[in-house]
Amino acid sequence: MAMHESIFDYSRYRYLWVSMVLSLGSIVAYLWHDPIGEPNGGSWLGYTLGTIGALLILWLLWFGIRKRSYKSRVGTMRGWLSAHVYLGTSLILIAFLHSGFQVGWNIHTLALVLMLIVIFSGFFGVYTYVRYPAVMTRNRDSATRQSLLDEIAELDAQALQLADTVDPKVHAAVLRSIERTEIGGSFITLLRPSDETDNALDQVKTFMEQRDKPAAGAPKKDMSTMFAMVDFLSAGSADAKSDALRKLLDTLARKRSLTDRITRDLQVQALMEIWLYVHVPLSMALLAALTAHVVSVFFYW
Amino acid sequence: MAERFQIAIVGSGPGGLSAAAHAAELGVSHVLLEAEPHLSNTIYRYQKGKHVMDEPGILPLRSPLEFKAGTREAILGAWNDGVARLAVNVKHGHEVSKITAQPGGGFLVECANKAQMIADRVVLGIGLQGNIRKLGVPGEDLPIVQYTLDDPGAFSGETIVVVGAGDAAIENALALAKQNTVIVINRRDEFARAKEGNLRGICKAIEEGTMPCYYNPGPEKVEALNVGRKKGRLVLQTPQGRAQILIDRIIARLGASAPRGFVEGCGVKFPSKDPSAVPAISPQYESNVPGLYIVGALAGYPLIKQAMNQGYEVVEYILGRKVEPADEPLLRDRLKNVPNFRSVDAFIADIQRNVPLLSQITPLQLREFLLDSEIHAPKPGATVFAKNDYTNTFFSIVEGEVEVVVDAAQNRRIKLKRGEFFGEMGLISGRRRAATVLAGPGAVLIETPRRSMNRLIQSVEAVKREIDKVFIARALQSRFTPESPIERLNEVVESARIVQFKAGDIVFNEGDPGDCVHLIRRGSLTISRQIGGKDVVLSYVAAGNYVGEMALLGDSRRSATVRAAIASETIRVEGEAFKRLIQRDPILRARLQAEYSARTASNLAMQQMPAGGDIISFLIAQGAGEATDILLIDEALCVRCDNCEKACAETHGGTSRLDREAGPTFANVHVPTSCRHCEHPHCMKDCPPDAIHRAPNGEVYIADNCIGCGNCERNCPYGVIHLAAKPPKKPGLLSWLMFGAGPGPGEAPYDPKAGKSSEKKAVKCDMCKDLKGGPACVRACPTGAAIRIGPEEFRAYARNRS
Repeated sequence: MAMHESIFDYSRYRYLWVSMVLSLGSIVAYLWHDPIGEPNGGSWLGYTLGTIGALLILWLLWFGIRKRSYKSRVGTMRGWLSAHVYLGTSLILIAFLHSGFQVGWNIHTLALVLMLIVIFSGFFGVYTYVRYPAVMTRNRDSATRQSLLDEIAELDAQALQLADTVDPKVHAAVLRSIERTEIGGSFITLLRPSDETDNALDQVKTFMEQRDKPAAGAPKKDMSTMFAMVDFLSAGSADAKSDALRKLLDTLARKRSLTDRITRDLQVQALMEIWLYVHVPLSMALLAALTAHVVSVFFYW
Repeated sequence: MAERFQIAIVGSGPGGLSAAAHAAELGVSHVLLEAEPHLSNTIYRYQKGKHVMDEPGILPLRSPLEFKAGTREAILGAWNDGVARLAVNVKHGHEVSKITAQPGGGFLVECANKAQMIADRVVLGIGLQGNIRKLGVPGEDLPIVQYTLDDPGAFSGETIVVVGAGDAAIENALALAKQNTVIVINRRDEFARAKEGNLRGICKAIEEGTMPCYYNPGPEKVEALNVGRKKGRLVLQTPQGRAQILIDRIIARLGASAPRGFVEGCGVKFPSKDPSAVPAISPQYESNVPGLYIVGALAGYPLIKQAMNQGYEVVEYILGRKVEPADEPLLRDRLKNVPNFRSVDAFIADIQRNVPLLSQITPLQLREFLLDSEIHAPKPGATVFAKNDYTNTFFSIVEGEVEVVVDAAQNRRIKLKRGEFFGEMGLISGRRRAATVLAGPGAVLIETPRRSMNRLIQSVEAVKREIDKVFIARALQSRFTPESPIERLNEVVESARIVQFKAGDIVFNEGDPGDCVHLIRRGSLTISRQIGGKDVVLSYVAAGNYVGEMALLGDSRRSATVRAAIASETIRVEGEAFKRLIQRDPILRARLQAEYSARTASNLAMQQMPAGGDIISFLIAQGAGEATDILLIDEALCVRCDNCEKACAETHGGTSRLDREAGPTFANVHVPTSCRHCEHPHCMKDCPPDAIHRAPNGEVYIADNCIGCGNCERNCPYGVIHLAAKPPKKPGLLSWLMFGAGPGPGEAPYDPKAGKSSEKKAVKCDMCKDLKGGPACVRACPTGAAIRIGPEEFRAYARNRS
């Protein structure tokens, strides 16, 4: 029976078991092994673990090729990713056992550090994969990104039309906010979005406050919430302009919530992808450092 | 006195044109009557530059006019040249309104423009498009009034009135409104016929006031104006009074009047009311009205080359000559494996003598039937088809016998003899084969594809009756009493009848008295129950299963409500007859009781988890009720990497057949826009070259002989088929990785327009039937979010997720 299986429980945790057996085997061998001097990469066990680790790294790197071999029938991507995650994790242990927990300021430790960064950036990736898909679905609420953008464009047109009937000042404020609305951009912008619609909302509210003064007496200074405006509107003086203003407020508020949603959507998607910009280039650097490590070890043997 | 011709040809499509050209070539007195000011209106209305294909490639062309695959312009150009060269007597603007047989022989042909003529013989080649409905007011033929729209981008800054309430009118109005002022005139009071997306678009535009709309108006006249900035005006009667609109253009999209009424008016009989039925014609294309001939799409031959050949042949026949039909060599080739083969005619005579089912149809229909079919002479013991195959062809036994393996475990078989048929269950229910069939000694079988068989069933009432009768008996036997002889069931079969339900129709209600059992023969049903004032779906029952036995076994009232999930047909068996059958048959009773308790337990489990029922309801609403295999994405696992789409594109010539993002989501279950491989695929309904097939594992795929007409794209309710050109070739993995040559794996081509855009063919999911290990989309999903499941798994799926 076909069911959704995540990368963790793939094939009844097959690769979790494989990596546990590998890790436990390595630990037992390490404890049992009695090298001359301190445990290090130069003993027979050190070489063995080093070879296993190097092969593992090459195989983990092969994931990038397999992912792009769409016609490949060697396992499924889900199986590959599951194995990638579990065996990649066990690599931390194998690398440390291989070196006998020795570190220093040298090319060997550079390879180790790069490897750890790659693995931990991978952990972050796994975290985003677990955490964010559901967040994204909830935020999207069955709409596609394009349909959200379309709706925003439509709201803009409506807002301009409404603002036009109210006052040139309001129109200018709305127009400025539309012109300045930016969605997406660099990763930094994505993480700290600013919303121009807020400015427009504030200005429309200020404008209403001013209109409101003679009618509703002395308003409180901080009366900038929409609820207060609604109170004012329902209180009376429901001429055509207040009607348009009310609609304008609704439109802007709706746009505000849409830009929020779409920004959040982009933000989440960026989080699910950003770690790859560390994970992949550094894995290439790791390959170079690993090669240097292996060559130098044999050269200075 | 009306002019007299030997042959009058109505309609200048491929068939009519070819007939007229051949008559002109032979110097026979003829007239070709065409309503439009140009030839071949259907092809004329294709979009500019459209590539027209010349399927079937194996059929030779017989016509004085040229025809080979090419652009619309090249083909129309060649025909215009041919018509001029042969001096064909064409009369444009002659829309034939009436054809009456004269007492002294010959026909009186009357046209809408009052022209009349007498013809000894009439050839109808009017196709199926019908005549475009016009405005029906003075000025309807002015140049500012048009009835088609090729390119909405061609107009800008104009005031345009769009008349119509259908999808064509709405699509035109919405597209034109981007750069024109558009006013819509809907001659009814709502847009009832429109697709949902179009409806939403137009209602929004009207509500916002950007597109004024007049409902229920009576247009009075259209006038051209010489002064002022606008080219004309439209005067109309609105509920508020008389109004005039100054306009640049009127685009009227009022549909076409189906030709059937006209054809019946000429005295031609159709065998059934079904819209796909075609009139019966003789091998010489003569209808039931002597002297009145029918060729082309109207006679059931939708391909250009077939129609052209018929045009040629019909003139030969009228002149009393004998022509070997163009398909004769093809048929001879097809029949060469038949033991003791003498001639095509002798074989056809054999079929009519031996197979009662096929004796009802005309030799011409039978030829067409054989041309579509495969003839097999399998060795004894060879498998004809295996149980659980998804094929849907129909088999008739011309010679010898076959064995049906009723029960593989006990090796119980029944024999079917010469003249009988099998495979009707797959054909009608659209589901897997119910049993394996093995060839017996001397078997000669005709294997007919679904489309030809369905056309035959619709066209010949007797065929439908016979197949239904046998279907009922066999379906009841295989479902209820596979171990006892079919005669046991006589009483039940007598009481059974076929009932049809539309989607959402109630089969029976909770609390109704239980007086019958329904065996589903096509479609599927949902079982639901009122719990706490809410309708909770408990189960989903696919074709081949039954409902309603609970009331007959235990309590006498219905314990749940049963509704049709999609358009469905059931075999309704009378309760009394069924009860007596149960009393006689203890094995059946035991089995029913076992299934009954399993079902009760499952319903109870479902009742405790109403969320599961909601998921089933959601899937049904997405068309899963007619699916055989549907792609589902768990959005809690999907990381939106689009690797599924990339894998699809990479394994299918560069075009993805699925759209991950589009489609609705419920409780994290996302149904992307991707083929569901329907039991009765809507896309197969109207495929001129019959290029859409179902493979043994259930995949509905489009073969290479697709002509790119786009019918399947329009017929698919789920929007999963589109027309695509082949994109340019990509570099290999290494040259991309090392040298950056072109787009890499999974990347879109740099210049998507570089492919040959005119030769577009329809593409859809084929479930990667040619790749081992299953669909690439599912295999390429790194997180396990994408799976494909069949309807029998819905219940377990829903339970698992709630």
